[in-house]
Amino acid sequence: MNTSHGPAVWLMIGVIVLTATAGDILIAGAMRQIGDFDVIRSRSGLKGAILAVLRNGRFFGGLLCMALSFFSLLFALSWEDVSLVAPAAAALTFVTNAFAAKWILKENVDHRRWFAAVCVCVGVFFLSR
Amino acid sequence: MTFRRYMVLVCVMVSGAFGDTFLSAGMKQVGPISLQHLFGLVVALKNPWVLNGIILLIVFFASYLTALSWADLTFVLPATSFGYVIIALLSQFWLHESISLSRWAGILLITLGVGFVTQGPSYTHHPDVDSPQDSAVPSLGEGIVAEQEKEHSV
Repeated sequence: MNTSHGPAVWLMIGVIVLTATAGDILIAGAMRQIGDFDVIRSRSGLKGAILAVLRNGRFFGGLLCMALSFFSLLFALSWEDVSLVAPAAAALTFVTNAFAAKWILKENVDHRRWFAAVCVCVGVFFLSR
Repeated sequence: MTFRRYMVLVCVMVSGAFGDTFLSAGMKQVGPISLQHLFGLVVALKNPWVLNGIILLIVFFASYLTALSWADLTFVLPATSFGYVIIALLSQFWLHESISLSRWAGILLITLGVGFVTQGPSYTHHPDVDSPQDSAVPSLGEGIVAEQEKEHSV
């Protein structure tokens, strides 16, 4: 596939990463609010679990961001190989998610997870060559 | 982590990788879409590969939500990173895209770097937000069960 759209593709990957990070953080926050699916399902069945998700406003905010991310991905895939766009966008999203999860969700991003973030950064550098 | 929960993580990897690859195959058939003709993205939804890709991504989303209900975001994302390798294999052997050695190195580095995260705890316990006395105010930690707290403390 044509790879001469370099800067435009990376700009599109940036848009995918930003919207995907916002979506992930909102949805992870929503799922933390809702609680363990297995417990909810054993208590009130699959319908109860689905209703618990559909009643959460934060979930829909996340869904909107993920929809934006999806259409950005679709747009980028029409220009560039999936072997670059999908891993690069997902890997960069992982790094931005690590920061956002630490500062917004207050997750314990320990040395293992930070080391993973560095590995992903280097991996993305190799991916883009 | 139970066997069933590992299976949920496997489902996240496989459905996500196949979903992305199906989308790519579909968008190659549809062709490039310009900024002036963004409606083409809606037309692309009629392509069977794109439709099947979307169905797989719905499966991915459901299993992803399930995983996030008992694990941290920074656990789920690296734990499912093997999906990158599945994408690379599918794009080389099925879509016949060329993957250079440096791309392979990048994919392997990502997988190696993040794979071992699964050895750590899957969930962060928040004493300030998870405790029952805070339940009057809805918080990010509301609804977390004792099993997860126990798992974290191991």
